[in-house]
Amino acid sequence: MSSIEQVGKSGNQGEIRYLTPLDIATKNGKKYCMFKRSGIKYLDYKDPDFLLRFINEQGKILPRRLTGTSLKYQRKVSIAVKRARHLALLPYQADMLK
Amino acid sequence: MNHYEAVFILNPVLSDDQVKETVKKFEDYLTSQGSEIISTEYWGLKKLAYTIQNKQSGFYNLIDFNAPNTVVNAFETELKRDERIMRYLNVKLDKYADAWSIKRRERNNKKT
Repeated sequence: MSSIEQVGKSGNQGEIRYLTPLDIATKNGKKYCMFKRSGIKYLDYKDPDFLLRFINEQGKILPRRLTGTSLKYQRKVSIAVKRARHLALLPYQADMLK
Repeated sequence: MNHYEAVFILNPVLSDDQVKETVKKFEDYLTSQGSEIISTEYWGLKKLAYTIQNKQSGFYNLIDFNAPNTVVNAFETELKRDERIMRYLNVKLDKYADAWSIKRRERNNKKT
């Protein structure tokens, strides 16, 4: 209780104060291209478990702005995912994939 | 000569002998056209991610081969003609894919 009174006295009423800080994504780690960092040169379309990292729950390919993949490897990701879909290793559309 | 890789899905209704026979047929076809087969893999009966021709599963097969570039088109029509094949994919492997396929084969050999 005392803390609330202190806040009131100090005149910070315009600002919203939370008792417990909200859990907003505050991860500041810079995104990076995992292919460049780990030196992977080729993405195998025959390995659907690995490709799961680059698609969302609905089976859509995740954008580069979320995964951090560089453009060069994003193209390879998209080709590999599409090949895997053709061979029914990955679904074209899905629900609750992960 | 280029390095190619063919994956095809066979109808799950077939018996084991019929599966072997079909794979053999395409291997023979490739060798008769002057290409050399590097390796074949049989992945067994796998569940499909979605239904193809109202089937939930299929026999997956992979053939790794070196072939002159004229062969592949004919090979694809051959695959298309065969009723036992539900889906196929032919891919030409670049140098990175080539290196990966060698690595993958070694790993598979170690396992067995």
